[in-house]
Amino acid sequence: MSVLTRAESAARAETGATRADGRSRKARTKLPPEEPAIPQRKGGTAGYWLYLLPGFVLLLVIIVIPLIFNVYLTFTKWRGVRSPEFIGLDNWAKVFTDEDFWTSFVNSIWMVVAMVVLPTIIGLVVAALLFDVVGRKFGGKVGSFLRATYYLPQILPIAVAGIVIGWIFRPGATGAMNQLLGVLGIPPVDWLGQMPSALLVLMAVLVWVQIGYPIVVFMAALQRVDPELYEAAELDGANWFQRFSAITLSIIRPEVFVVTLTCTIAALKVFGPVYVITQGGPAGATLVPAYYAYTEFFTKRNIGYGATIATVLTILVVIVSIIFIRAQSSLERKERAGL
Amino acid sequence: MAATTAIVTGKPRRPRGGMTKKRPLDWVLLVAVILGAIVIVVPFYLILVNAFKSPIEYATSGPFALPQAIDLSGIEKFWNRVNFPEKVWNSIFISAVVSVLAVLISVLNAFAIGIGRVRGRTWIVLLFLLANLLPQEALLYPLYYMFKSVHLYDNVWSVIIVFTVVQAAFGTYLLSSVFGTFPKEILEAASLDGAGRWKILWRVVFPISRPTLAVLLIFFFIWTWNEFLIPLTFLASNSNQTVPVAISVLQGDRLMDVTTTAGSALLGIIPTLIFFLIFQRTLTRGITAGAVK
Repeated sequence: MSVLTRAESAARAETGATRADGRSRKARTKLPPEEPAIPQRKGGTAGYWLYLLPGFVLLLVIIVIPLIFNVYLTFTKWRGVRSPEFIGLDNWAKVFTDEDFWTSFVNSIWMVVAMVVLPTIIGLVVAALLFDVVGRKFGGKVGSFLRATYYLPQILPIAVAGIVIGWIFRPGATGAMNQLLGVLGIPPVDWLGQMPSALLVLMAVLVWVQIGYPIVVFMAALQRVDPELYEAAELDGANWFQRFSAITLSIIRPEVFVVTLTCTIAALKVFGPVYVITQGGPAGATLVPAYYAYTEFFTKRNIGYGATIATVLTILVVIVSIIFIRAQSSLERKERAGL
Repeated sequence: MAATTAIVTGKPRRPRGGMTKKRPLDWVLLVAVILGAIVIVVPFYLILVNAFKSPIEYATSGPFALPQAIDLSGIEKFWNRVNFPEKVWNSIFISAVVSVLAVLISVLNAFAIGIGRVRGRTWIVLLFLLANLLPQEALLYPLYYMFKSVHLYDNVWSVIIVFTVVQAAFGTYLLSSVFGTFPKEILEAASLDGAGRWKILWRVVFPISRPTLAVLLIFFFIWTWNEFLIPLTFLASNSNQTVPVAISVLQGDRLMDVTTTAGSALLGIIPTLIFFLIFQRTLTRGITAGAVK
């Protein structure tokens, strides 16, 4: 997860109200989508295109053209100097037989576990506890304070988080973790220098960084749950877990969707933590596609091959987004049909 | 905008009659959540206590003990080695310019899409969304090459331009849906009074959506501040680097001792922490906006 995506994903929750078609549910009920919002005197909506001009020009120059250039580079061999040499599908043939590449994708699955699966599950439990137990029995202030505490790592620049973690898990006796183990009589461990501890440390850090985001989003979602529903269920003899799964989960499902989508994309793109904590090591054991592409670009200067990895990653991100958005809208259709 | 304000106020809370009925289990759960929070803050605690220790004291008392005497040498070493004020200024300048420009472009785009309802807006929004979701690696080398050829490489403006576009792509996506819910009556009234599109945008839409734009501005600022890959790649020389890049570059420096590391981490956290404390409410509102529809 690059630093952008971390924060980015935080705010993408804002779009919880947004459908794939860019209109909110409110927009649909209030304004028939095909009706222009303002009575048009002349020229219809055409005049509005002028307002899109600066955005479009920038998008073209900074996103679209580089993206096309990048795809072109996948068919070339290029060291970054002179001009790219066209080699057809060689990079593509190489990428699918490249063991490092497959390692990096398997590691992406671990990143999804660390950034999506665990934070969502833990986040659900902590949010429910903070809202249901702490907030209600011990006061909202205690709940908000703890929520802010869990959110704290989210504001940390990942480079800073990285050096702190690197130092906590330093090999030998000077690292904080090894000192702690020393107290318990356990000999020091080379945390980042061997497997599987390097991957586990990286994953633990990502859980630590991510956890605040689902908690904040889910706690906000829980405010929507009607307490009377709970009371009724309680009277019917439902225990906490039954109430949680039957009432809470079904009501906050849109938020769970948004969180899993944004975090999955962030997990596929993760770069910063790997760069600052493990540099893909030991011996490629924590390699991820984004970091792999980066080293091909700037360390090995195999620009064409780096571009190929980046393109595969992009395709994957797009596929995942489409699957999620489709699943979400079909689920909503079913819900509406059921109502 | 309307949607966002509704979220800020929220539903009136029911009186909490149950506050006094605490079962033993509630205490157990409270302790569990607090223990979790302690695990979360341990790294912050380590940064704080070790930033003020001397290397000798760290060697004798270890990472967890409180400092016996306040020693600022670690912080000083980092401050001087990276010329910290310069890095903070670079970060502030880049983040501030990006957030203002990105909000401006988001507003223009969203005005055309959300209020103007231009033809094909669904696809336009998807295009912008895609621009935001893309892995930056897919743009990295072409951009690197482009900036080199126009002599913008190793210039803060290269980073500013890239993030303006990336953040504006998200802003467009968000604001388009917000503007889509803009009260039609107000727009009609303004239009009948003879206001043109430009006037409607700046005299009607802009002032009313100011709270949403403020949230967006703050988010753009923080995201840009925390950005890593693009500044790392495009800002090669020391004097152009941002705070996160300067810290990570120093990390490879073998000479840096543990207390300097802690000092650098502390200085790296302080700006974002101050920002977090000032805008905590706005941030929470920003993260959760839309969550409560």
